[in-house]
Amino acid sequence: MDRLDMLEAQSIYILREAYKSFGKLGMLWSIGKDSTVMLWLAKKAFFGHCPFPFIHIDTTYKIPEMIRFRDKIAKEYNLDLIVYTNWDAINNGMGPEKGRLVCCKALKTDALQHVIDKYKFEGLIVGVRRDEEGSRSKERIFSERNKESEWNYTNQPPELWDQFKTDFPKGNHIRVHPILNWTELDIWEYIKRENIPVVDLYFAKNGKRYRSLGCAQCTGQIDSNASTVDEIIEELKHTNINERAGRAQDKEDAYAMQKLRKDGYM
Amino acid sequence: MLKFRETLKIVVVGHVDHGKSTVIGRLLYDTKSLPEGAIEKVKRISKETGKPFEYAYLLDAFEEEQKQGITIDTTQIQFHTKKRDYVIIDAPGHVEFLKNMISGAANAEAALLVIDANEGVREQSKRHGYILSLLGIKKVYVLVNKMDLIDYSEEKFLDVKSDMDTFLKSINVFPQKYIPVSAFHGENIALRSEKMPWYKGDTVLDALDIFEKDKDIIDKPLRLPIQDVYKFDNRRIIAGRIESGVLNVGDEIVIYPSKRASKVKSIEYWQEKDKATKVEAGMSVGITLFDEFFYKRGEFITRKDDEAPLVGDTFKANIFWMGEKRLTINKRYKLKLVTQETECEIASINKVIDASTLFSNDDAKEVNTNEVAEVVIKTKDKICFDEFRNNHVTGRFVIVDGYDISGGGIINGLEILDVANKFVKGNIELPITCFDEYYYLIPYNEIKKVAVERKSYKIGDKLPINGDTYYYPDNFDVIDLNNELSALIRDGKLVDLINLNDYKYEGYPVYSSDGFLARVKNQDDFINFKNDFKESKYDLVDFANKWYDPLANKRIVYKAV
Repeated sequence: MDRLDMLEAQSIYILREAYKSFGKLGMLWSIGKDSTVMLWLAKKAFFGHCPFPFIHIDTTYKIPEMIRFRDKIAKEYNLDLIVYTNWDAINNGMGPEKGRLVCCKALKTDALQHVIDKYKFEGLIVGVRRDEEGSRSKERIFSERNKESEWNYTNQPPELWDQFKTDFPKGNHIRVHPILNWTELDIWEYIKRENIPVVDLYFAKNGKRYRSLGCAQCTGQIDSNASTVDEIIEELKHTNINERAGRAQDKEDAYAMQKLRKDGYM
Repeated sequence: MLKFRETLKIVVVGHVDHGKSTVIGRLLYDTKSLPEGAIEKVKRISKETGKPFEYAYLLDAFEEEQKQGITIDTTQIQFHTKKRDYVIIDAPGHVEFLKNMISGAANAEAALLVIDANEGVREQSKRHGYILSLLGIKKVYVLVNKMDLIDYSEEKFLDVKSDMDTFLKSINVFPQKYIPVSAFHGENIALRSEKMPWYKGDTVLDALDIFEKDKDIIDKPLRLPIQDVYKFDNRRIIAGRIESGVLNVGDEIVIYPSKRASKVKSIEYWQEKDKATKVEAGMSVGITLFDEFFYKRGEFITRKDDEAPLVGDTFKANIFWMGEKRLTINKRYKLKLVTQETECEIASINKVIDASTLFSNDDAKEVNTNEVAEVVIKTKDKICFDEFRNNHVTGRFVIVDGYDISGGGIINGLEILDVANKFVKGNIELPITCFDEYYYLIPYNEIKKVAVERKSYKIGDKLPINGDTYYYPDNFDVIDLNNELSALIRDGKLVDLINLNDYKYEGYPVYSSDGFLARVKNQDDFINFKNDFKESKYDLVDFANKWYDPLANKRIVYKAV
């Protein structure tokens, strides 16, 4: 088994543990490369089936290609798709101009909380990776959130030998992170190996491409001529620029992501 | 074409402030594995907080960690050499965060143990060494760090090496190398140090590439613990990860503990390219069998020709306890061993070991946070397992206390428990439970008879005649009608153990071996008592109700577990 085989086997094991452990389970699908790989892994884990709903938190500020790609894949894979938007906040004028962290909190964290409350999810599968940023690097694979979705990151219980946290008080939920140990390069090499369809925005046009996807206003493109999966892999092998360098909310202050994620952000 | 890339997971452990994070930061820096943003971020934070730049900050992501200068949680981070990829796990050195250290170290295949040359071997250096031994990590290098603080002295290096080597050997850890380094100045990390010409060995980076990955897990007997059974379509697929060995289509298999036999019909797949007739250790697979009897999560699929797993409900184990509450006997815990889950109790605590001094306490009644203990565990249901030395994955388990994983353990073997305490004289033994306690357990709301210790009492030994829930007079006799033995207790001591035929009633109260007062007031009563027992062998309830007063010397006490 090579590195990708081992990562794939562990992710499948985690997805199956989640499916066995939680009565109400859902998978967050952001349309980006990571959660699209995760969707593929779920199809593998369950032999072509997707036995739980997929959730897209739509801020209404997403890049239009993302929404088109979402609807196309959902139809092809016959997904049980929940799309949720925090319309109350939008109708009250919420947007990045109110402050990036305030906007992320309202349109992503709060929206997610509404979905959890509405569907009573006990387990939520989320495609975060350790190498994305600091607070994610310290995550557990099964990571508990309280009723308000808060993360007590200073006192996480031990997690060892692929034995995960499956006991918790009613009302809390577990964030399941099947691709926590993958790197950005692993994701692209796996996309190549498996021939997984991803949204076009990642491929360079006129010397620019998206490396990480988010809302249109807060996500910048990088200078790149990588217009195929192979070229992206080659580019990543030689870059020393941070993957999330184009994501504006990370730079709001030194501990922005830690603060957002403590309150329930993905 | 993608090249085959091997990954080795290494953990960096050691006492707080001995420089683990600095070693990692330096390795990343020297191998140019740091993204641009990372260095900028650390520089920005250093500026904001007015502290000098530290490599350690690269790993300490949380505000608290950077402020306090200690790693709270583990971080996994990668770097590459020409030979392969590395995942380095940074484990906190502070004793308060031992559970995080263990969470990180449990995933590692090799370890770097960092010791401050100036401070020498400290408490956590030893404790972490011991935990590596418990986790079965045999590939260990010791880095003697901060050599700059002791003028790169060979003598001091040899002192630290000798100290640590003595300790590690005593716990069966045999480091393959001791490397003198200064992580902050980059000496002997990626580049050979010119300041230590006396050191002829490898740099850390070169030494890492020498570690060989374990490959023997495929050669072990097949262990496929069932994770789940799917019936999404007309196939009934058994899903699970192969923990050891190999499996082929057509193999004859046996499922434990039920020992039902069948044959592998197919290995299932979604993508055509994943079609296979043979699967091996490490893979998450789905199979179908020719016989569709009832199989469930937790059961082990093994090959008929492979060695069978152990099956039992009582086993000896070494555990390390990370729970906030102490580990005690009588309390119900959940045990998880691969995909098996069952209720368990600690049947006995044989000894508690201080992991940093190796001092062992044979009389301990409970295990505190961060202690290591040898225990006997009794599970409610029979489970399948292997001894840890034969198979790491199926020989280890975790214990859940309440909602949290609170302990990890490795199995040393099946155990046949001594059911009771004993009176012993020569080769005569009288099993007794008369010193067991009767507790009303909260929150279970049940009365439970509990052996507080398991002991043999010899002639002349002082007996525990007053317990929490029972009291005996200084002088009494214990009669065991089944084994036809009697014990004489005088002044609270065991004075003799004799055949029942030689026993004469002497006016002292008579108790059964389980501590019930017999309604015997004279020798005639005693003869009737004995004869009644012989005649009533098949109706012991009537006999017991007639002859014993179960509450005469007892009370029930509430106990929280």
